[in-house]
Amino acid sequence: MMLVLTISLVLFTCAIFVALYRIIVGPSMPDRVVALDMIGVNLISLVAVFSIVLHTHAYLEVILIVGILAFISTVGIARFIERGEIVEHEHDD
Amino acid sequence: MKSNDLILQTSTRVVFFIIFLFSIHIFFAGHYTPGGGFVGGLLMASAIVLLLLAYDFKTVKEVLPFNYLGMTAIGMLIALTTAAGSLVFNVPFFTHWYDYFDFPLLGKTSIHTAMFFDIGVYLVVVGITLTIIEMIGGDS
Repeated sequence: MMLVLTISLVLFTCAIFVALYRIIVGPSMPDRVVALDMIGVNLISLVAVFSIVLHTHAYLEVILIVGILAFISTVGIARFIERGEIVEHEHDD
Repeated sequence: MKSNDLILQTSTRVVFFIIFLFSIHIFFAGHYTPGGGFVGGLLMASAIVLLLLAYDFKTVKEVLPFNYLGMTAIGMLIALTTAAGSLVFNVPFFTHWYDYFDFPLLGKTSIHTAMFFDIGVYLVVVGITLTIIEMIGGDS
């Protein structure tokens, strides 16, 4: 059981480094946004596996907060790329 | 350009209330576990930012007609009044006090003066975050 958890921790860390490579090199802006979202998802999984390893539920609120912030930041950056402004003053429909 | 974000607007209507309830949970959990007024206020501010992303300034102003700068001032007043209230009882500044009360629905509950200070912190964080966002992202 411990071996499986250790292997999954190492693989999640590797996935974060792969996404980091995409953020630094990434040819276009949408690549970087998707890589940032991927880092958020992998961070959530990492915290979940850590709370299994340490037999605690003290970190479960971190999962919710990181999930909310990753979602909102991805939506915000996606809007900025597509429209050029993040918050509209008045909807045009 | 005609915008079409039906998925974002529909999911925002559900997710906003989830984040709002979670911020209140974090606010009350801050008594014994990680959390408190600051994180709860930031979560509430991020929920309103999600509303701003899905809709626009005009709609959100109609739904939540708050003066955020006034909210900051009220929060500051509550926090400082709670902190200075200890001076009335001839104890040092910021000394806290608690007692146990019996409430009809909740049972035996402890009421802590630090909670009123945290309500002030919550209001200050929500107010100042949204004031900054309105100033940066608002009409020029």
